[in-house]
Amino acid sequence: MNAMETRTTSAILYLDGVHVSFDGFHAINNLSLTLEPGEMRAIIGPNGAGKTTMMDIITGKTKPDEGVVLFDGTTDLTRLDETRIAELGIGRKFQKPTVFESQTVQDNLLLALNVDHSVRGTLFWRGNKAESERIDKVLETIRLTDARHRLAGSLSHGQKQWLEIGMLLAQDPKVLLVDEPVAGMTDVETHLTAELLKEINRNHTVMVVEHDMTFVRELGVKVTCLHEGTVLAEGTIDQVSSNERVIEVYLGR
Amino acid sequence: MTPHVLTRSLDRSATIFILIVAGLGILIPLSNLLLPAGSMFQVPTYLVALWGKYVCYAILALSIDLIWGYCGILSLGHGAFFALGGYAMGMYLMRQIGSRGVYGNPVLPDFMVFLNWPELPWYWYGFDMFWFAALMVFVVPGLLAFLFGWFAFRSRVTGVYLSIITQAMTYALLLGFFRNDFGFGGNNGLTDFKDILGFNVQAEGTRCALFFLSCAALIGAFLICRAVVSSKLGKVLLAIRDAESRTRFLGYRVESYKLFVFTLSACMAGVAGALYVPQVGIINPSEFSPGNSIEAVIWVAVGGRGTLVGAALGAVVVNYAKTFFTSGPLAPYWLFMLGALFILVTLLLPKGIIGTFNTWWDQRKIELGNGAAASAAREDGAAPKPNPAE
Repeated sequence: MNAMETRTTSAILYLDGVHVSFDGFHAINNLSLTLEPGEMRAIIGPNGAGKTTMMDIITGKTKPDEGVVLFDGTTDLTRLDETRIAELGIGRKFQKPTVFESQTVQDNLLLALNVDHSVRGTLFWRGNKAESERIDKVLETIRLTDARHRLAGSLSHGQKQWLEIGMLLAQDPKVLLVDEPVAGMTDVETHLTAELLKEINRNHTVMVVEHDMTFVRELGVKVTCLHEGTVLAEGTIDQVSSNERVIEVYLGR
Repeated sequence: MTPHVLTRSLDRSATIFILIVAGLGILIPLSNLLLPAGSMFQVPTYLVALWGKYVCYAILALSIDLIWGYCGILSLGHGAFFALGGYAMGMYLMRQIGSRGVYGNPVLPDFMVFLNWPELPWYWYGFDMFWFAALMVFVVPGLLAFLFGWFAFRSRVTGVYLSIITQAMTYALLLGFFRNDFGFGGNNGLTDFKDILGFNVQAEGTRCALFFLSCAALIGAFLICRAVVSSKLGKVLLAIRDAESRTRFLGYRVESYKLFVFTLSACMAGVAGALYVPQVGIINPSEFSPGNSIEAVIWVAVGGRGTLVGAALGAVVVNYAKTFFTSGPLAPYWLFMLGALFILVTLLLPKGIIGTFNTWWDQRKIELGNGAAASAAREDGAAPKPNPAE
């Protein structure tokens, strides 16, 4: 595939004609979507629309049956595994908050830092000032400085969500995929999370999957609505939420 | 403030553990050799050998805890690595017999003469040299673990499936070593040892030296495990245990970590086996039996999975109980007791003896008012959730 070497798109993430089926069920159906560098995009859609499967494809967890998935215009993500894709600079927050519960908040962030991840590197690792400063900064951003020595398992649900976002920050990827960051959060926490994501977006490309329309509106970014594994509508929140089909399959009348 | 890599993480329980093992390693041989026989403080030679066996089991338990307690890999075939290390040592001891065997053949061990083998098979070459055998004690189990892990971890075989294939591995070796044409003495195994490095294996002095070396090896294995689990690599292992795919998405090559720790663990098990064989005087294929490996996992669960001290303690406690009960009228019921023990520990003490003690100790500290310091200072943080099938 020499064509890959000459860049054909300016997009940091480029999906074209992607198909995935599980036992005959078409989870993703001719999905095409592009994400420009520095953009924040909100993805909405009913359950089963393929939002999480799309993230699985981008991060290498699921291999598409056909279609093109390019990172940074040149790298074919369908040939790489999760570790390699993470190393390239694509970070992911899961739908259910997934942190390392038996370790402290601080250690969770330490593990997420994008430093040497080899066996030898971690075996002979010694802490250094630059790393602890980065951890301090992330702790401040996610408002968990006081909880740094607590076990991650003892955090509240909202705090775990933030810790996981913080781990993404420590990982410092080029693209962040964030799956339902405000599920189960209070209104105040939701608002703070929107602020947090906007701040992250200043120097990262972000893709957010979310059901909470108030939250999506607060983000104030371009919205893509998925339905049955394909793009139903794309545009500003007002355009998408006034789209007849979107109202019919997702928002309801 | 840069303490040595082996000592930086020694908390109080680790220090106590090392002092006790070192104390036993020195005092028991001294009492055996210096005090007159019959004195109430004299440890009889048979007890030195018996406790030497427990110490070897404790090393095996540490090696299992390293992968199970800290990385979530439940190996039900670790006895295989122990036995391979034991066979490597047994082969050296067989070659040391020389012409003192029943058939008096200077090169061939008795069982080969009996089977009319014309010459020594190639894989017995080199085992007349101690350094070579000592190397093989690490290399053979390590290599098998590396190959096994390379295939299993790259194919992402995890959880109960991995446990089952480790079990199959040790069973396959059991069947192989039972065969006479395998060249390791068939079902009789290797025995009738005479000398080790020129010293009579039956002599009191040799037994005491072996006991001392076993204690030293236990301390060494403990320090290595400690260094591994308290490094950043140890944190990655816990991360893999608790959320493997999350670790992958952070950019860690999970299979490399598993392969490293599995191979290291197998090497430690091999050393334990090598120290075990001269002390019990025999190695035969029954050491590969799946039941042995499962029993070793029970020791770890009883002592406290994810606590290194607990693993070693569990091995000694369960084996002491085994010796005690199997030598009395309750002998036929030992396996039932072992099974009941495992069930009771899983239900009532899911963190094992040491894990439960640690929880109690931390709570007591919190009640005394310096709770934050107590939980923050505890570096192992490793008491996992009770999930034996993980």
